[in-house]
Amino acid sequence: MAETAAKGLDPVAILKEAGLAAFVALMLAVPLAGLETVSAPGGLTINTRWDWVAIAVGSVFVGRLLLILWREQGRRRSGPRLDLDIGENLRTAMPVLAAAGIAFAVVLPFLPFADRRVLDIGILVMTYIMLGWGLNIVVGLAGLLDLGYVAFYAVGAYSYALLAIHFDLSFWVCLPLAGALAALFGYLLGFPVLRLRGDYLAIVTLGFGEIIRIILINWYDLTRGPDGISGIPRPTFFGLDFARSPPPDGHTFHTFFGLDFSPLHRIIFLYYLILVLALITNAFTLRIRRLPVGRAWEALREDEIACRSLGINPRNTKLTAFTLGAMFAGFAGSFFATRQGFISPESFTFIESAIIVAIVVLGGMGSQIGVVVATLVLIAGPELIRELQEFRMLAFGGLMVMIMIWRPRGLLAFRDPTVRLHPAPRRRLGFGRRKPAGSGAP
Amino acid sequence: MNPRSEPLGSPPLLQVEHLTMRFGGLVAIGDVSFEAANHKITAIIGPNGAGKTTVFNCLTGFYKPSEGRLTLNHPRKGPFLLERMEGFTIPQKADVARTFQNVRLFPAMSVLENLIIAQHNVLMRASGYTLWGLLGLKRFRQAEAEAVDLCRYWLDRVGLLPRADDDAGNLAYGDQRRLEIARAMCIRPVLLCLDEPAAGLNPRESAELNQLLLSIRDEHEIGILLIEHDMSVVMGISDYIVVLDYGRKIAEGVPAAIRNDPTVIKAYLGEAEEDELPEEVAADLARDRAAQAQV
Amino acid sequence: MEYFLQQLINGLTLGAIYGLIAIGYTMVYGIIGMINFAHGEIYMIGAFIALIAFLVLGILGITWLPLALLLVLLAAMVFTAFYGWTLERIAYRPLRGSPRLAALISAIGMSIFLQNYVQLLQGARVKPLQPVIPGGVVLMEGAISVRFNYIQMMIIATTVVLMAIFSLIIAKTAMGRAQRACQQDQTMSALVGINVDRTISMTFVIGATLAAVAGMMVTLYYGVIDFFIGFLAGIKAFTAAVVGGIGSLPGAMLGGLLIGLIEVFWSAYFTIEYKDVAAFSILILVLMFRPTGLLGKPEIEKV
Repeated sequence: MAETAAKGLDPVAILKEAGLAAFVALMLAVPLAGLETVSAPGGLTINTRWDWVAIAVGSVFVGRLLLILWREQGRRRSGPRLDLDIGENLRTAMPVLAAAGIAFAVVLPFLPFADRRVLDIGILVMTYIMLGWGLNIVVGLAGLLDLGYVAFYAVGAYSYALLAIHFDLSFWVCLPLAGALAALFGYLLGFPVLRLRGDYLAIVTLGFGEIIRIILINWYDLTRGPDGISGIPRPTFFGLDFARSPPPDGHTFHTFFGLDFSPLHRIIFLYYLILVLALITNAFTLRIRRLPVGRAWEALREDEIACRSLGINPRNTKLTAFTLGAMFAGFAGSFFATRQGFISPESFTFIESAIIVAIVVLGGMGSQIGVVVATLVLIAGPELIRELQEFRMLAFGGLMVMIMIWRPRGLLAFRDPTVRLHPAPRRRLGFGRRKPAGSGAP
Repeated sequence: MNPRSEPLGSPPLLQVEHLTMRFGGLVAIGDVSFEAANHKITAIIGPNGAGKTTVFNCLTGFYKPSEGRLTLNHPRKGPFLLERMEGFTIPQKADVARTFQNVRLFPAMSVLENLIIAQHNVLMRASGYTLWGLLGLKRFRQAEAEAVDLCRYWLDRVGLLPRADDDAGNLAYGDQRRLEIARAMCIRPVLLCLDEPAAGLNPRESAELNQLLLSIRDEHEIGILLIEHDMSVVMGISDYIVVLDYGRKIAEGVPAAIRNDPTVIKAYLGEAEEDELPEEVAADLARDRAAQAQV
Repeated sequence: MEYFLQQLINGLTLGAIYGLIAIGYTMVYGIIGMINFAHGEIYMIGAFIALIAFLVLGILGITWLPLALLLVLLAAMVFTAFYGWTLERIAYRPLRGSPRLAALISAIGMSIFLQNYVQLLQGARVKPLQPVIPGGVVLMEGAISVRFNYIQMMIIATTVVLMAIFSLIIAKTAMGRAQRACQQDQTMSALVGINVDRTISMTFVIGATLAAVAGMMVTLYYGVIDFFIGFLAGIKAFTAAVVGGIGSLPGAMLGGLLIGLIEVFWSAYFTIEYKDVAAFSILILVLMFRPTGLLGKPEIEKV
């Protein structure tokens, strides 16, 4: 194969190209990989790692070579490319996939391999899925790039922590309050800035996110600053604690149901809690997408000027998206607080916002299942491979770049109309290559 | 304020008085006045850069005019001073719809959705500003069914009914143009502003468009304001023509008068030789007649 | 009064650094209309390369200060330029013509990648460097004496010289003309024979070299750097670019000075804890009330 591919190309040109890449790699690697600053008694000193440089240059050379050959081969091979069909086929398989996914999520705690670690990862993944679904309203549907989403998550978490500690309110009372407070913040922050477009909006929301974090750090009396808030009440199962020993005249979860005590009960409960919260978010989004306001969000994303010419109030419409998105972040935040039992500003850095935005965009803007897939790729993947821990964020950043280059519209970028005039064409279920009739371009 | 059919002597649908629009030092429109009437097609023509689209942008609230008064005498809701209204409220309250020179659809949404979005304000009210809609109340479902009926009507009119569920971005150019007009009609306007609707259409599509516009004019309570370069369209269907050049009105009148107006001819042909003109005009005339004969 | 003067000097120094970074933002925004989200990391990398160059020179025994400074400057500029070039090539060029969000996400990804890349290669700990250029001139003796340190002079002087050279490049050379042409209209530029790809690459390279200078100055000025300095400096420099009017070079410099002064005076007279809030608030206020900045041209909405 490689032989035939190389035939059409000038080997000298290929080598030159790969050599150039290797030279650039050399220049990149020499200062930062080749020379390491290490602490020594008299200050810093330099440690050389020329082997690293050699490896880097060598692998870039070979990698570039292979890339050129592979591309050339791809160009020569005619016929449909696989990735074009992924979306189309998934669209048909969607209901089945969604049902299977939900079913799996429901039975997960009872599967044999579901130990503490798996459940923890499950909770983490569901939290990000919920955040992704919440932000999908803002970024995916309304097209507003919000890089400060974590601020609302923080507002929810701190609202829950403070309300629960100072007013002794239960989780179920605090949850809506935290959501409402986050929504209020979303409204207040969104009001002045939502007329900005694109990148400007992104940077302003980023600024807001950072301002909130700085305030959390410095308003010691309220938030206990960088020390964080600890001893946040854990949730109860309709008033039943998950403690080992019941109070003198009452029950805990396990005594009430006559079970043996297990620390897993609480984890499983938390898992189902976040699962339900996430599914509510999903159901809400799916429903509101079919309402006038949801359609207006998408229309605004497509063309704001056209929207204005149709009498849609852009600011109010954007505000509803921003506010609702913030509300779900608030819910997720209060879950986070009750799960951790401890929160501090460190959990709410810009990188969290970036991760959530990445989940939405990589998944395919506006695609609910895309959020799930992207979360599994970005969060569960690195989390499961413990050895990667050190490289987790490096891989994360690299994945963001590569997925965007590979599929600029996201992994699963497709949408179904929210209303139809004709019944949906029945397509063959499965992963065939054939395009449905009448779909236009080959 | 009272609903009324237009008695004689009632004010015209749209009155533009002394409209002036300046960008910095540049005068894009200088002191332009004209009127547009119900059940009439009024064309605004002029060479490139004459300020035609700027007039539309002032009328539909995208620009705030520097000076002048824009009165829309809504047949049912009474007069609106458009220059005082915030952009999106002009289509919302005064029922003025427009299309754009470079078609502005919602390309990733279906044809039907494009038209439903045009009925946003009606549906918003019906959905109790989302609340009833979330609960799935019958009232909203009914309103949506009615909205879909209106969409179906207009899709049928522009011949896009079979394409209703396709993405608007996948339509052919001429179809997109017609879809945009259908979408504008879905806000149930009393004034429809069309910015070069025939641009990029082939002669057959152009003729179909003429017919569509004429039937809209005759069958609906509406006045049409039209910017167009294609003289066969302008001369073929407009009832009245306003000519702009360098932001000023240089002529207005019925098509026959405009066609032979020396100022207009000069504006279009610049410093061309006088004796060249009649042939040009004659050719135009012949084409227009042919077009009308088809109609 | 003395206190005020001292803060003024400090503010101008900081502002010069922000201005140098801001030029990178403003130029890239001017030509491809995107916030180069990873530009702050380029600056951070410049700082690291400068630090490493210093240490290498120390080991090699080149201690004559002017020569050492010049070599470090060159090393930082050249090596960082490669990072700028590669950044554009990997994270931006394949995405030209894609949805804007895609390019922004890819830039954020690049920013995360570079941060962790430096952290992994150079360690997460703060890197200290002994003062290289100690001393200064005491302008005013008193209870609080006003010092104008040599390093501050050097930073301001270097910035002024670089700005001058750089404005000349943009105004007089063919490359500068190509750059300005691409800012106006890329398709048209390509039609008249300008190599748009190369021009965009050069814009990133120039931005990176200036950021490298800023990085070196910061290393010398503060004497400590870590892998995380790019984020905040990046946002502040971006704020500077916006305040000055994005796309405008003198604007970037002016904005940089303003942000530097505001930050220093805010810390000096109000609360140091909230100094970053000052920068962010200014960013938000400017974008809300004068999105074209101080020296930017007003934009008329195209309908």
